[in-house]
Amino acid sequence: MVLAASSAESTTTAVVFWVLAIVSVGAALGMILSPRAVHCAVLLAVVMLSLAILYLTAGAPFLAAVQIIVYTGAVLMLFLFVLMIVGVSAVDSLRETIRGQRLWAGLAAIALLALLTLTVGHAAIGPAAPAGLRYGAGNVKGIAVLIFTRYFFPFEVTSALLITAALGAMVLAHRERLSPKPTQRELSRLRIAGEHPTPLPGPGTYARHNAVDFPALLPDGTPAALSVSPIISGRPGAREAVREALREAAGELPAGPARSPEPAAPAGDGTGSNGQEEPPS
Amino acid sequence: MSPGHYVALAVILFVIGAVGVLIRRNALVIFMCIELMLNAVNLAFVAFARMHGQLDGQVVAFFVMVVAAAEVVVGLAILMAIFRARRSASVDDASLLKY
Repeated sequence: MVLAASSAESTTTAVVFWVLAIVSVGAALGMILSPRAVHCAVLLAVVMLSLAILYLTAGAPFLAAVQIIVYTGAVLMLFLFVLMIVGVSAVDSLRETIRGQRLWAGLAAIALLALLTLTVGHAAIGPAAPAGLRYGAGNVKGIAVLIFTRYFFPFEVTSALLITAALGAMVLAHRERLSPKPTQRELSRLRIAGEHPTPLPGPGTYARHNAVDFPALLPDGTPAALSVSPIISGRPGAREAVREALREAAGELPAGPARSPEPAAPAGDGTGSNGQEEPPS
Repeated sequence: MSPGHYVALAVILFVIGAVGVLIRRNALVIFMCIELMLNAVNLAFVAFARMHGQLDGQVVAFFVMVVAAAEVVVGLAILMAIFRARRSASVDDASLLKY
């Protein structure tokens, strides 16, 4: 009975391990091959969550919780925040700029894999130790005892490390203001003297959609490039959608081709802002 | 599953992370690959802790997580500073010391 239960449990563990191993290796490969940084972050989340479940099966429930809270919860959210600031639209081109970089990277990877495989293969990795009190329910207590007795000094040094990291992040993210802050009077003067005294047109105004990626139509029927945010029009998928919409808008009007089929440059030549610079043909 | 399987998976993930560091040029993605390598090492630590029946490996993995969190905070702050100065997150663009 006990034997049957343990063998069923080991079968479950084996199934969970193989499924998660395939999922995590696939997600990791997708992560290094996907050109978009957001996809990389999501695939990294998949790897981290599957590793958390693997920790659970390997008798480390505390580490599984910490993995989900710290890695998936904090670190990955930090990555996504920075990604949103740096620019979601930035697509990393996978074209190699250093000649032979891929080849040498592949060779180094094969060499590293061979080295690690040989090392691990020579090491005597025995079977798992019998599950004692320290696994499962006693896991958190056992780790607490270890941290606060044998590893007490490293644990205290960790706090210094965290404080230093927080200070360093604050110092690095701080920006000294070199010029005085513009007053309201200066801002309004700049606005009147600039090209746009009025607010920028909103997306979708007088168009058939009011979606944010759909450019507004000017009174003469041409689309206004300025009405779509460059962040949205910079996305690879959105650009085709906008172009398609522009073609539709141009097709049902006598105004010929759209004036600016790619509304990606808001501060470009200023066309489409007031609709008076060139007459519709 | 024997700890050897876990260590093998950790080796594969570590190599994938190393390849990512070598071939990618977006600094954020390189950071993510470093996180992947740290995670792989953590998996190996947990596997060895299970093999020995001792909790020391799990404690070391816990410390690795703490250091990784601090590293990510400082690294992303540096990345933000570079992005603010150069408007780019590509490691090819930060080549001022080369010339």
